[in-house]
Amino acid sequence: MKVTVTVNDGEVAAEVADRTLLVHFLRDVAGLTATNVGCDTSSCGACTVLLDGRSVKSCTVLAAQADGRAVTTVEGLNDGSGELHPVQRAFRAEHGLQCGFCTPGMVMASVSLLAENAAPTEDEVRTALEGNLCRCTGYHNIVRAVLAAASEGQRQ
Amino acid sequence: MSILGTRVVRTEDPRLLTEGGTYVDDLRVPELAQAARVTFVRSPVAHARITGIDTSAAKEAAGVVAVLTVADMDDLPPPPPDSGLTGTEGAPLPLGGPWSEPLLAVDKVRFVGEPVAIVITDDKYGGEDAAELVSVDYEPLGAVVGFDGALAGESLLFPPAGSNVAVSTGTPSDSAAFDACDVVVERTITNQRLAPVPLEGRAVAARWADGKLTVWVSTQNAQIARFVLAGALGLDPAGIRVVAPDVGGGFGAKVGIDRDALIVGWAAKHTGRALRWAETRSENMLGMTHGRAQRHTVKIGGTRDGRILAYRLEIVQDTGAYPRMGGFLPFLTCLMASGAYDIGHVETAYQVVVTNATPISAYRGAGRPEATAAIERAVDLFAAEIGLDPGEVRRINLVPADKFPFTTPCGATYDTGDYVGALDQVLAGAGYAELRAEQARRRERGDVLQLGIGLSSYVEITAADADGGETARLVVHDDGTATVYTGSSAHGQGHHTAWAMLVEAELGIPMDKVTVIHGDTDLIPAGVGTYASRSLQLGGVAVQKAAVEVKDHARKLAADMLEASEADLELDVGRGVWQVRGDPAASRTWAQVAAHAGDTGLTADVNYTEGKPTFPFGTHLAVTEVDTETGQARLIRHVTVDDAGTVLNPVLAEGQRHGGIAQGVAQALLEEMVYDAEGNPVTGTLVDYAIVTAAELPSFELLSSETPATINPLGAKGIGEAGTIGATPATQNSVVDAVSHLGIRHIEMPLTPARVWAAISEAREGR
Repeated sequence: MKVTVTVNDGEVAAEVADRTLLVHFLRDVAGLTATNVGCDTSSCGACTVLLDGRSVKSCTVLAAQADGRAVTTVEGLNDGSGELHPVQRAFRAEHGLQCGFCTPGMVMASVSLLAENAAPTEDEVRTALEGNLCRCTGYHNIVRAVLAAASEGQRQ
Repeated sequence: MSILGTRVVRTEDPRLLTEGGTYVDDLRVPELAQAARVTFVRSPVAHARITGIDTSAAKEAAGVVAVLTVADMDDLPPPPPDSGLTGTEGAPLPLGGPWSEPLLAVDKVRFVGEPVAIVITDDKYGGEDAAELVSVDYEPLGAVVGFDGALAGESLLFPPAGSNVAVSTGTPSDSAAFDACDVVVERTITNQRLAPVPLEGRAVAARWADGKLTVWVSTQNAQIARFVLAGALGLDPAGIRVVAPDVGGGFGAKVGIDRDALIVGWAAKHTGRALRWAETRSENMLGMTHGRAQRHTVKIGGTRDGRILAYRLEIVQDTGAYPRMGGFLPFLTCLMASGAYDIGHVETAYQVVVTNATPISAYRGAGRPEATAAIERAVDLFAAEIGLDPGEVRRINLVPADKFPFTTPCGATYDTGDYVGALDQVLAGAGYAELRAEQARRRERGDVLQLGIGLSSYVEITAADADGGETARLVVHDDGTATVYTGSSAHGQGHHTAWAMLVEAELGIPMDKVTVIHGDTDLIPAGVGTYASRSLQLGGVAVQKAAVEVKDHARKLAADMLEASEADLELDVGRGVWQVRGDPAASRTWAQVAAHAGDTGLTADVNYTEGKPTFPFGTHLAVTEVDTETGQARLIRHVTVDDAGTVLNPVLAEGQRHGGIAQGVAQALLEEMVYDAEGNPVTGTLVDYAIVTAAELPSFELLSSETPATINPLGAKGIGEAGTIGATPATQNSVVDAVSHLGIRHIEMPLTPARVWAAISEAREGR
């Protein structure tokens, strides 16, 4: 079937098998490999992207379901100015990533959280990120990064 | 001021945060443009004889390039001979002989997930369809499950070996040593089987062209992977290139290269097609090695006033279906058995048994967390028996600061340390007295939420194979930039940042002009890679020594250029220029000096070996709240000192501690690979295997302590595994402590609500 998705402000159209998952559409058709697959049970969140501005696990969405809709991946977060997005900047400043594999999904989940709750508490951050697994950081610096990005957002 | 020791954020991060890393499955290199996909057909049964494999239907399916079984493997060298290690101390190598592990299964399968066949297809989804069409006939054999199943010997995994016990060694018990004690406590404790779960599973791509095999693999050690590939496939190492691109976590389970990846390498050569394989998580949970899986019998004795006099540790190591690390893990456990304590009489013994389960190998700590878990539980059992505070019993028995270097009865020589200092720092930092007072108030009130305080004082061994060394090559270019080629290998630790800091500190070439390259055997033929917390103290020191060599060479060149004597030359590290002392105007930049070096270049090659390992140490204190109605235990504080010598970059060191603590807490409270009576894994996905999330952890309270190592110029010890070593027993001890007033002395890990609730119920009924 033919699927047309707006990916990071560009249109990607392709003929794909009906069962194609959105994450494979992004990686293999759109050629955007930052979004990773870390499990097969929708548990790990490495594949988290924004679909029409809300976070989804792209391993659990068919490409067909994204037809005519807009997807944002971590590659589309900074506006082309070369500046990091505030959440990306906070992850770097707070050492919120190590191996980097969970990072694109973790960043997108954090962006989605802050869009819904601009000033979360630590407990709210921890609960909101429960669906995104990281094996390297113990979450300590990820939580700090999200809180730092939130307070930077509050100052602006 | 030197950049060393300062908080430098990582140079790796902008790329990882904006475009993502390039992991094996992300590679879009021309050599792999036409690569086909490999899908494994794996055993669904734990132990069976294979009586037939029918691949005909799969071969006819659309898009199938090939279906391969062991019958196609007619181009491999013979399996390795018997290592002769059976019955003796093990080595970190497979045992060979009757215990040999094939590539694709031969005649038998011995664990669920064992590779039986591969399907090669043009398309990823098509591979999964075609693999379903491979029909394998299995004739079930008795499944050997768990420690007792192996020891019973009713069914044998390797009948020619005559036993399920692959290694047996140790000292017999000396009852006189325990007879002299006022108090002796003995208990059996299980250190459960865990899945490492790096977020990136195993992945490999391979291409055979022009007589050369190129393998891209998610590994901690490209050079070791090349060596293993050469042996397994019967190739000259010079004809193999191994590339480790970005690696999405390893935790010991990506040391070298494993069986499944070797099969893909073989298949690429056999078929002539470039191939890719990136496992699913369900495959990963069964096919990637597991860790821990030891059963301990501890016996501890001492005086009523708290002096420990004798300790015995007996281990049964479940090594899974094939003894890949043989007796190595329990060997390390025994070496570190007496922990941070000065105990006069220590005995150890171990058996390594095979079972019908996924093979066991290194997992963050690899034998040392097990040693610490055993002794730290034993010390608490002893403290409870004599009615002394566990902190006080530790203080009485820790190796005092004036006894270093300290050689234990187990044969380890602890280099430097202040174990009591670490304990006191943690007790003060946590507010120990107030925590005990709060615990007493809750007990007095009979609160549902009881408070537990758990301690773990540990010492561990890092760079245990220090004599294996590490390589570094440093090149300063005539544009003033530098390149480091390191034999060490990063998968999240921040080597690029740390190595660039070392170059800047020594040469004054700014970090942003230093490129760090690792994990490509064409560029770096010699190296060891990353495991056993060895990177900084070996690989880092190698980089620093290379910088010193470059500096010595550059001094000669600059003296020549400035027509001054070498003695009058100095390097202004702040500006990164060579100048004549007292005459800053007479100076040369690194670019100029490198240009002057001519064809020979400004280069240094170092292979740095250290005669001895180092012994980091620390104390962890965990505070848990236990709901006595539901059994739910929740970690609410975790306070640690992890002293790994001089810290190069606190940001990186803290990150290593955080991650390790989380994994350690996870072992104590949540994680376990469980098999049923038939050897079927019942925790084979991330839905069933309770990997720890952000919601189950607090922020950690890290205290700082630096007791330099004396055997290397950086003063560095390893930090990568401190967290799992210290955190697991502290957390377990804290949960037991929370309910100790009910008469509970021990609960097995993981301390799930069901286990804790059962222990509470049993204790209350027993009254």
